[in-house]
Amino acid sequence: MVTTNTPDITAVSPATITVKDTPGYRVFRAVNGFVLVVITFLTLYPFVNMVAKAFSSQAYIAAGQVNLWPRGFNLTTFASVMGDSIFWVNYRNTVVYTLLATAIAMALTTTFAYALSKPYLKGRGVLIGLAMVTMLYAGGLIPNYLLIDALGFKNTMWAIVVPGAINVFNLLVMKSFFDNFPKDLEEAAEIDGMSQFGVFFRIVLPLSKAVIATMTLFYAVQFWNSWFQAYLYLNDRDMYPVTLYLRNLLAAATSTTDLGSDTVQIQANVQSVAMLLTVLPIVCVYPFIQKYFVSGVMLGSVKG
Amino acid sequence: MARGTGTVDAVPRTGAGRPGRGAGGSAVGTGPLPPQQLRNSDTWRVSLRKHWRLYTFVVLPVVFLLVFRYVPMIGNVIAFRRYRPGGSMFGDEWVGLHYFEMFIGSKPFWDVFWNTVILGGLTLAICFPLPIILALMLNELRSRLFKRVVQTITYLPHFMSIVIVAGMVFQLTAINGTINQIIEGFGGEAIPFMQRADWFRTIYLTSEVWQTVGWGTILYLAALTTIDEQLYEASRIDGANRWQQTWHITLPGIRPTMMVLLILNIGSFMAVGFEKVLLLYNPLTYDTADVLSTYLYRVGIGEGGNYSFAAAIGLFEALIGVALVVTANQISKRAVGASLW
Repeated sequence: MVTTNTPDITAVSPATITVKDTPGYRVFRAVNGFVLVVITFLTLYPFVNMVAKAFSSQAYIAAGQVNLWPRGFNLTTFASVMGDSIFWVNYRNTVVYTLLATAIAMALTTTFAYALSKPYLKGRGVLIGLAMVTMLYAGGLIPNYLLIDALGFKNTMWAIVVPGAINVFNLLVMKSFFDNFPKDLEEAAEIDGMSQFGVFFRIVLPLSKAVIATMTLFYAVQFWNSWFQAYLYLNDRDMYPVTLYLRNLLAAATSTTDLGSDTVQIQANVQSVAMLLTVLPIVCVYPFIQKYFVSGVMLGSVKG
Repeated sequence: MARGTGTVDAVPRTGAGRPGRGAGGSAVGTGPLPPQQLRNSDTWRVSLRKHWRLYTFVVLPVVFLLVFRYVPMIGNVIAFRRYRPGGSMFGDEWVGLHYFEMFIGSKPFWDVFWNTVILGGLTLAICFPLPIILALMLNELRSRLFKRVVQTITYLPHFMSIVIVAGMVFQLTAINGTINQIIEGFGGEAIPFMQRADWFRTIYLTSEVWQTVGWGTILYLAALTTIDEQLYEASRIDGANRWQQTWHITLPGIRPTMMVLLILNIGSFMAVGFEKVLLLYNPLTYDTADVLSTYLYRVGIGEGGNYSFAAAIGLFEALIGVALVVTANQISKRAVGASLW
């Protein structure tokens, strides 16, 4: 449903019906294609380099010989990172936080968006305004920190899974989806004696799988990637998400000011393995979810 | 989506009572009335009685917004009040503009202020136009497969955690990293990039370009598809070449999108990538890297615990941001008729 509502950005471009190209334009197109290949390569390079280092031995990395391909191929770094129990504890935390935070966020966002999409909801304008204002300004770092402290959320997982619950952009995307939901279906169900709860849970939700999937992914990626909340509010190493584990690994490797030595590179393969394992879930689902993200962004921009 | 439905289910049960009370306890007997019969002229009492179920959907989200978004906004009063550890989050006694005078008169504040302006200005100058150029380049491609491959790959960095991006930056700029290998390959000497203040802005901006430009093309590519094909045909008949078509048809066609994104970019001008700077900087690079948000983080939470002073700086930064976005919006509305509101 989402995809049909949005323009196809891969549609045939104006250039395809040009009758005849001038020589100058042919040169331009060749250069254009070449530049795009270079851009694509440069975008991909940091990933390639990361994978290469993850499988390389420290000696080759320290000698500055690992770029595109692994040298001194080995899996021992993987074994050592995966053998670190705290890594797995933190990895599991990330999974738990992501699932929980996404569930909370989806519950609040879906119900709120549905209610806001009903023109007969009195006070709707005020409620939309209430949400929109938070897009402009959300309080700032210090007051938020003091709030979490005052609520007693510090060093609990609630500090991680609750505060991100309503992303107003996502809310508006969902609202615009529900705005376009066929009214006849809902009315028919109500005439058949279904309550608004029944309509929402048994008619609307099952027919909104596409937008729900999109929003779930939006939230899940956001929560999977977050680290700063944890950095700010958690003290206990056993509660860290894996992003914070990684951040501390990077900080440990770069904290020494003496850089003549290979302090950074000593841990480069360990860093690479931890990074690789952290991005792996996202990279794996990315090809399948990319179009949902694109259509979600456009749905939000066109209507929101 | 069984999980999603299950969790959504929990919401009305927890919040069910409240709107019913608001309707005078007479929430029963709501018939299967078609919603459209209710007009705006209905009173709150009638509206609540007929749609109390819908209002239960609103309760938790509104409580959430009030607690986690509006309480912190009010919490900014701490910038005008003295905070006592263990005391109220809203502070204990009024001190007026004491904390504002404190930072206005301090040199470190103005150093980070100008750092913020420079870094924000450079980000705007580079990260705003590049997506437009990339979108136009993609638009010239005839192979849909090639276009799709380029898009898929350039969107990818957008989905990476900032921690991952920072890790990649550290690795590529390391003394034995790829960039220094290239420099040494040309006979130069390796540079400890992350320890050098004069390199910080370049590194920050490069990583920002890497992460945002591909994803930034989406809205432009969408806008490009909405341009009327007949305009191009007509211009070709008039003898316009590809460049003239781009200049006179394509660019005006995506101008509203450009203006809206420009306004949004200007609005986030002062809030330069706080998390990224926090991950990438170190005391050696503070001279160029330290920005308002990282400075207030350090004096407030990181080292100082001086909440009021930091909150005053945060409020100042936010006010500039709001002022910028409002101004940009007004100018854009007058000049080209495109605006956010």
